[in-house]
Amino acid sequence: MRRYFGRKLLIYGLTFFVAVTINWMIPRFMPGDPVQSMLSRANVAQPAAVEAMRAHYTAMFGLDLPLWQQYLNFWGSLLKGDLGISIWLFPTPVSDVIVRAVPYTLGLLIPSILLSWFAGNRFGAFAARRKWLDNSVLPIGYVLTATPYMWLAILLAWALGIVAGIFPVAGAYGFDLQASWSWTFLGSLAQHWFLPFASLFLVAFGGWAIGMRNMIIYELEADYVNYLRALGAPTRLVRRYAFRNAILPQVTGLALQLGVLVAGALVTEIVFSYPGLGHLILQAIQNQDFFLLQGTFLFIVIGVLIANFIIDVAYVLVDPRTRTGMGGAA
Amino acid sequence: MRNEALHFALRNRKLVVGTVVIAVFLVAGLAGPLMFDHGPNDYVGPAMAPPSGEFWFGTTTFGQDVFAQFVYGLRATFLVGVLGGVLAAAVGMVVGFVAGYRGGWVDELLNMLTNIVLVLPALVVLLIINAYLGVRSIGVQALFIGLTSWPWAARAIRAQTFSLRSRDFVDLARLSGVRTPKIILREIAPNMSSYLFLTFILLFGSAILVAASLDFIGLGPTQGVSLGLMLNNAARWSALQLGLWWWFIPPGAGITAIVGALYVMNVGLDEVFNPKLREM
Repeated sequence: MRRYFGRKLLIYGLTFFVAVTINWMIPRFMPGDPVQSMLSRANVAQPAAVEAMRAHYTAMFGLDLPLWQQYLNFWGSLLKGDLGISIWLFPTPVSDVIVRAVPYTLGLLIPSILLSWFAGNRFGAFAARRKWLDNSVLPIGYVLTATPYMWLAILLAWALGIVAGIFPVAGAYGFDLQASWSWTFLGSLAQHWFLPFASLFLVAFGGWAIGMRNMIIYELEADYVNYLRALGAPTRLVRRYAFRNAILPQVTGLALQLGVLVAGALVTEIVFSYPGLGHLILQAIQNQDFFLLQGTFLFIVIGVLIANFIIDVAYVLVDPRTRTGMGGAA
Repeated sequence: MRNEALHFALRNRKLVVGTVVIAVFLVAGLAGPLMFDHGPNDYVGPAMAPPSGEFWFGTTTFGQDVFAQFVYGLRATFLVGVLGGVLAAAVGMVVGFVAGYRGGWVDELLNMLTNIVLVLPALVVLLIINAYLGVRSIGVQALFIGLTSWPWAARAIRAQTFSLRSRDFVDLARLSGVRTPKIILREIAPNMSSYLFLTFILLFGSAILVAASLDFIGLGPTQGVSLGLMLNNAARWSALQLGLWWWFIPPGAGITAIVGALYVMNVGLDEVFNPKLREM
């Protein structure tokens, strides 16, 4: 088990290293000049002023130093938690902007991931090999998992928000409210939270339900199931055993799907102007705020790595084989 | 053997339905643009007109023909899916075959690489890459999508290769002095060709979804039109608030139908290739 965690941690460490290196490399080696694009955005006419700004930005990026030194400096400031200054919200440090947005994203992501995973698995397992449920779950599930997150979000916003007028479609709480612990504020928060949550939940739910349904069908063919049946074990018991075996690949699947789920949350937030990381990314792109974009990237990578580690721990808890070192998951 | 597969393929409802849907959209994407003598982004009609005989899917707030954009967008979507899918499948196959066949430290190294790319959230990496690209095209988009979406395919192919490499016919080939690339190509790959094809279909579908998300965030191709860009424009110019449902429903429905059809095709093909899964 120590070997298992050791390997995982090594991979996560390396991934973080690669992510930081990508983050450092892209502005420097991509075609196009970020300094130039910031200058053209600023729209200054006087050549002297342009030169001064160019010098300022070049020094800010540290582009006048040798490459290896730029790289070390990059790590240095990163380890001090310094991600630069946001251009969109000018003198605010990027880390502050991000920390303010993170709770909204987590508040959407964590419930939708966990609930869709539990509900999807339960439902998929229940539907497997039950004629009419199976026949209806399968097509609906495939349509849901093929739906682009932002489209479902747009549809829900349009149907339930604009046409029916039941839910608000923008922001995280009413524009006339101040953040506080009052009931009106919390109510408004929940009301604004519901639609983005629902669209994330539905798309992910379809995927889990199908995955579980297929796994259960495989499991119900297994020898131990035939044996139990031959002994006359009740169907409920057989299914419970099948479920416990089928859940393992779904735990691994959760780790594999994290990137897609995060991406889904980002575009969903954009649809609903929900003030989380997705909204930040949109603003960063529209305002050419590269520090903010890169800071958000690192934050998301760190979040995904932590989530992966939590799933690894969960895997050890649900699969006894990994604990005794008898293999199991890679 | 071939005929048997064909026999089951024609009788598999999932496969037939999926193929028909893909074929319809493919034909629409290929032939549709020929119907127009104007480009997809030209201002040809009245603004915000609902669907009619003249403009099948209505027009945008600027008087652009949504149907024209849709069929041109289908082209872009298929192109990104095929290019991204092929590239990802190629990288995944090379890494998977080499790692699975060679084993040892090569395997360790490639496995490490695979795992790293696997944990990195692909879309977010694509976001920063694309944000720094001044001019974005479908080709470059597909290139980066391909380069970030291969890991799970490599993993799956590696596992399959692992189980094949100690078979007698592979040993025999090795003993007769056949070189490694040829063994992989002639002995191992054909034995998992159906599996490779299924992998490609899934990569195809996911490349389409990733490209749509990128386009929607505003990092799509700078020129031209795609289904994701249509969604982006519709959201940006408040089609929702204005009630222009004909602007945002077709592109999303198109993506969903194509990707869904690919998934369903995938299941159907799996049943055709794998006798255990056929309807009982």
